[in-house]
Amino acid sequence: MARYESLLDACGGTPLVGLPRLSPAVAEGAPPVRLWAKLEDRNPTGSVKDRPALFMVREAEESGHLRPGDTILEPTSGNTGIALAMVAKLRGYRLVCVMPENVSAERVQLLRMYGAEIIFSPAAGGSNQAVATAKQIAAEHPDWKMLFQYGNPANARAHYETTGPELLHDLPTITHFVAGLGTTGTLMGTGRFLKEKVEGIQIVAAEPRYGELVYGLRNIDEGYVPELYDATVLDRRFSVGTRDAVLRTRQLVEVEGIFAGFSSGAILHAALAVAHEAVRDGRRADVAFVIADGGWKYLSTGAYGGTLNDAEEALEGQLWA
Amino acid sequence: MAIEVRVPTILRSYTGGAKVVEGSGDTLTALIDDLDAKHSGLKGRLITSEGGLHRFVNIYVNDEDVRFLGALDAKLNDGDSITILPAVAGGALGFAAAAALLGR
Repeated sequence: MARYESLLDACGGTPLVGLPRLSPAVAEGAPPVRLWAKLEDRNPTGSVKDRPALFMVREAEESGHLRPGDTILEPTSGNTGIALAMVAKLRGYRLVCVMPENVSAERVQLLRMYGAEIIFSPAAGGSNQAVATAKQIAAEHPDWKMLFQYGNPANARAHYETTGPELLHDLPTITHFVAGLGTTGTLMGTGRFLKEKVEGIQIVAAEPRYGELVYGLRNIDEGYVPELYDATVLDRRFSVGTRDAVLRTRQLVEVEGIFAGFSSGAILHAALAVAHEAVRDGRRADVAFVIADGGWKYLSTGAYGGTLNDAEEALEGQLWA
Repeated sequence: MAIEVRVPTILRSYTGGAKVVEGSGDTLTALIDDLDAKHSGLKGRLITSEGGLHRFVNIYVNDEDVRFLGALDAKLNDGDSITILPAVAGGALGFAAAAALLGR
């Protein structure tokens, strides 16, 4: 279908494309091992987050949590903020984003273009400062609504009802599904759906492993596991470092022509690991993985050019996924 | 048997500031016991009093989460690389702020 009543109706239904050049070669007569990329950058605001943003807003409208003209408070600078800004604009809400003042210029410009208002928290204070700022804002505006994507079941449901069925329809022979682990919504929703329908399917998580600066002195007793996370949905979980993520992101565009953000490179890295294992064991595999967004928002990092060492240095201290 | 273990900043007070230490053991439990003998107190930060892996600690064997490889019973081999990390999901800042707002 190529005609829609509005942009919101054009969410999802993204293409699944084969990667004939990046799929590992198998010996003659051996079962095929193929990689497939789900191009979530083809969503209305260019990322997989359009699906949960739309589902969370719709669910909040249906339950009466959101009423026309309400203000939504979203403390993230990432793709969810951009997706929510578009949905909020089209559905008639005001969106206020709280973000650290050191986020990239592209993020700020995109959010403002979509009509979001931005409150900056001092970069120097790190996440503790952002928490303090957010608490202060919430106290001043008790009527502002939060959707809280990390614990909102509508986030995972978006993938259970759309991403999962799309994958099964386009690739009934799917053996592995690989996606990034952040809010865990993509993996929980898609993973649950596929586990119900495809016997023996493996659900594989790729988690970003940032540079030292990001973890800093984070106290082990103050960690956080999103409420949506259910480890029984996953079969494996890989931690992918900055260098591997950048290497794979570059291979995606150089070998297959897919220009993606660094989180997609991390996901490809895990997908290749399971694909190569299948080749080694002589098993057939159709490995579908998620391209979470395009590379446009990350060009200013400079990590698409130069040596891998340069790129690693450029991304040190940044939350690249 | 030498296994390389990468230690996060917050736990380097136990390793005299060392970022990478070496240990041995054919399972994760054995490795952690060995590390604790050399770096006293480390075990208590990784394992709870009930004997399980601390909820907010992630341990990876060759980049794969040990919770999916048998957890503390995970088998280890010479030359394996172990990474210990505090649990931080993507968009760490966003969820920390959001969780605080909702009083969670």
